[in-house]
Amino acid sequence: MAGVAVLTTINGDNVEYLCQPDETLLDVLRDRLGLTGAKEGCGTGDCGACSIILDDRLVCSCLVLGAEAEGRRVETIEGMAHGDRLHPLQQKFLEHAALQCGVCTPGFLIAAKDLLAKNPDPTEEEIRFGLAGNLCRCTGYDKIVRAVQDAASVMKGA
Amino acid sequence: MVEVTLWGSLGAIAGGKSKVEIEAKDIRELFRKLAEQYPGFEPYIDRGIAVAIDGTIYRDTWSKELPQGAEIFLLPRLAGG
Amino acid sequence: MNFDPRYSGRNFTSVGTRPIRPDGVDKVTGRARYGADFNMAGQLVGRVLRSPHAHATIRKIDTSKAEKLNGVKAVITAADLPDLTDGDAAMYDILDNCMARKKALYDGHAVAAVAAVDARTARQALKLIEVDYEVLPHVTDVDEAMKHTAPLLNDAIFTEGLEEKPVRPSNVTKRTQFGHGDVHEGFGQADYVVERSFKTEQTHQGYIEPHACVASVSADGTADLWVCTQGHFVYRQHCAQLLGMEASKLRVTSSEIGGGFGGKTHVWAEPVALALSRKAGRPVKLVMTRDEVFRASGPTSATSIDVRIGARKDGTITAAEATLRYSCGPYAGMWAEIGAMTAFACYRLENVRTVGYEVLVSRPKTAAYRAPSAPMAAFAVESAVDELAKEIGMDPVEFRIKNAAQEGTRSSYGPVYGPIGIGPTLEAAKNHPHMKAPLGKNQGRGMACGFWFNFGGQTCTDLNIGMDGSVSLAVGTVDVGGSRASLSLVAAEELGIAYEQVKAVVADTSSLGYNDMTDGSRGTFSSSMATISAARNAIKILRERAAQMWDIPLDDVVWEKGHAIAKGEKYGNLAALSLREIAAASGKTGGPIAGHSELVADGAGVSFATHVCDIEVDPETGATRVLRYTVVQDAGKAVHPTYVEGQYQGGAAQGIGWALNEEYIYGKDGRLQNPGFLDYRIPVCSDLPMIDTQILEIPNPNHPYGVRGVGETSIVPPLAAIANAVSNAAGVRMTHIPMSPPRILAAIEAERGG
Ligand code: FES
Ligand code: FES
Repeated sequence: MAGVAVLTTINGDNVEYLCQPDETLLDVLRDRLGLTGAKEGCGTGDCGACSIILDDRLVCSCLVLGAEAEGRRVETIEGMAHGDRLHPLQQKFLEHAALQCGVCTPGFLIAAKDLLAKNPDPTEEEIRFGLAGNLCRCTGYDKIVRAVQDAASVMKGA
Repeated sequence: MVEVTLWGSLGAIAGGKSKVEIEAKDIRELFRKLAEQYPGFEPYIDRGIAVAIDGTIYRDTWSKELPQGAEIFLLPRLAGG
Repeated sequence: MNFDPRYSGRNFTSVGTRPIRPDGVDKVTGRARYGADFNMAGQLVGRVLRSPHAHATIRKIDTSKAEKLNGVKAVITAADLPDLTDGDAAMYDILDNCMARKKALYDGHAVAAVAAVDARTARQALKLIEVDYEVLPHVTDVDEAMKHTAPLLNDAIFTEGLEEKPVRPSNVTKRTQFGHGDVHEGFGQADYVVERSFKTEQTHQGYIEPHACVASVSADGTADLWVCTQGHFVYRQHCAQLLGMEASKLRVTSSEIGGGFGGKTHVWAEPVALALSRKAGRPVKLVMTRDEVFRASGPTSATSIDVRIGARKDGTITAAEATLRYSCGPYAGMWAEIGAMTAFACYRLENVRTVGYEVLVSRPKTAAYRAPSAPMAAFAVESAVDELAKEIGMDPVEFRIKNAAQEGTRSSYGPVYGPIGIGPTLEAAKNHPHMKAPLGKNQGRGMACGFWFNFGGQTCTDLNIGMDGSVSLAVGTVDVGGSRASLSLVAAEELGIAYEQVKAVVADTSSLGYNDMTDGSRGTFSSSMATISAARNAIKILRERAAQMWDIPLDDVVWEKGHAIAKGEKYGNLAALSLREIAAASGKTGGPIAGHSELVADGAGVSFATHVCDIEVDPETGATRVLRYTVVQDAGKAVHPTYVEGQYQGGAAQGIGWALNEEYIYGKDGRLQNPGFLDYRIPVCSDLPMIDTQILEIPNPNHPYGVRGVGETSIVPPLAAIANAVSNAAGVRMTHIPMSPPRILAAIEAERGG
């Protein structure tokens, strides 16, 4: 199969790549561009470990084709911190120990960022439903929810 | 001489005994003598037997001494998660 | 080496604080590298062909077409992994499970594998491999498999542990028995007897990261393996043995691990990846899909358990008995045995007997899952205990407190307990505000206790002090949940320096001596012991160097708060030397300063937990909702309390999933019908409430700081606690896990009808 040439923006940078028409955006990010922060937990849209933001929409990158990124804006976990300054969500995840193994963490951070962008002051229930598309097997979610609550209050103050 | 308590399945191989007396000063000697006196134990020893001495479980310590009068209990070696 | 592991009471400076973990920033920025995040130049993609049949003879495999496909670099079958196990039955089973030899024994069993230039070519190649199967009858249910009429999975298996040697082969590989006293007599003294049968379905550890590795075998026979594992040293041993390599020529590096819970203690794909790389002469990356993870790795046993408990009117248990049947998959295991040991471990019993049966079924090989085998046994026993309390008319907490094991109690599995925490966890639960909170309509409260042994084992640690006084700690136990933070705290504590001055890493198999798996909750217990020992060895050298710098006798130098201090009036004017100062001078006082430790950490303290939960049941649909959940558990000593809480919460959440939702569903054809997270549903954020935790600290006498393992016990009580809560809410005893809505509804309707 002939490759598809794609021109897109990833974390603010213009990026060009060639991919197969049936290749997922997740595979492109991980295998072609070396952005391995998004993880493949299932490949079927069920775990959220591959979460990214595509033109302000939270998506599972395992369900998006690499070719579909043409002309769009992709945000991944690698673009979340500013230089050596962590995003408040990243900082709060650390402080609350909202990660154990950490493999779900990039997905949760992206999903939480999207959630707070749309709802800066979520209730516990809104956080729980807002993050229900992301699986974590280690933490029981308790500390994740607390970290998001704390980050929300910090971000409101900022 | 120490008195060694066997767990159920090992007891069955020892002819239904739940306790055996063995002259052994440490875990290594205990295993050697058990294997001599009860050949049927050998596969169990190969698979791993843990020794509880006064309630503390030892898995791999041959040199561990068996104090006189201590409560010595054999257990199968376990897998964890 | 004279290391004294005994507990000594002390005031801690670092231990017990909650600093940020050293691997944290990499994990929140996406920089941390897990199994699938590593690549090598020229690497090929490996993929595995799996049996679609639950039980079938493999007559012939024709790989010729696949080999001819452009881009395919190697195709392997069992023939490429010859049997080098030399009569070691357990290793043979591992080999056979990695690549089926004569028969495919479950849906998903590996039968061949390919390495190709890219994933698409590899997938195409799999389709070109022709396997000629003769399909055989199968059996997936544990009770069915025990019947004489059941299809035999292995006709060389004769039940072990029976009084008379069996004449016919069987799917039951072993019978085991534990206990003491005379249960017959004990039941004779009982005023009340409860007898019940229970079933639990098979679940998966459900780690979010699938198994992944990169293998690279060189022409000179040396090899590298990058892999997500709970025990890279054990993987090295197993892989080396299966491939006929010398262990020292195989260097295994453990990646960051995206969850294991016991499931990453067993090799599956790694020997296959190495064999592919050996044949292709290039590195091979092999990553399982989620479907493969479910079909071919993990799961825990499905069980069927009968329990009988008798008590006097005053609430004293007089006898307890259980028969436990655990599925092992197609290979012998010791899962029922562990269940039989743990079943009644929480109680003080004069007369107790448990019997376990290991049962072969046409399902994937059972793997350890967090306190393996204990949750199912606890479900059965704790459900019966609740029933019995009810019959006697006692409060379930009081009934348990009355019968709880104590220091000096003979455990149901044999040895006598030292200081233990079951009583204190029960008292704490009883006094917890949760116990007094009001309940609404259709809501029920349940509680249950749980026990786990905790392991120690072989451990090796290096502590190197740099010239700038910073400390690098190399450990060989994989960090599955924050142990690098905990071990840095321990090193800081022992040396008397700041946590930030220590950096802990997990060393590869060529850089450090052998370490057992991180299993059995041993990571922090064992490695902290080895770290303390290494630090003490380093302190001895630091004192020697200080003595040299001052030119005074070693005996006059003591170590306090990170400094060497010259003891005695005559040294009044000598200022204390800090670790940094001694390190800076080390080049002139004898070279690098390091402390090493190799030891077998024994005496891991048993741990107990009590859980309380409130559940609401919708009587119309059978749907449930977890309203409140509280975990009380003894940690011995919580080195990093936040991570201890995390272990408690995580175990509880897994237990909740198991209790209410998760199960392997097999079709009549013996195929797994739900090998994905959509149909095998683990709890999501909106399914759970906050999980309250209470850490008790009853010091383990066999650890300098009193540490016990904490990782596993928390999954033991939830099945039972939730079953008791659901039973109380629905007014009908639930005996089958998971308590999915249809099962609850059926139980309610049966009760109404009857
Ligand atoms: S990998 Fe995309 S949702 Fe699981
Ligand atoms: S921290 Fe391990 S899956 Fe979430």
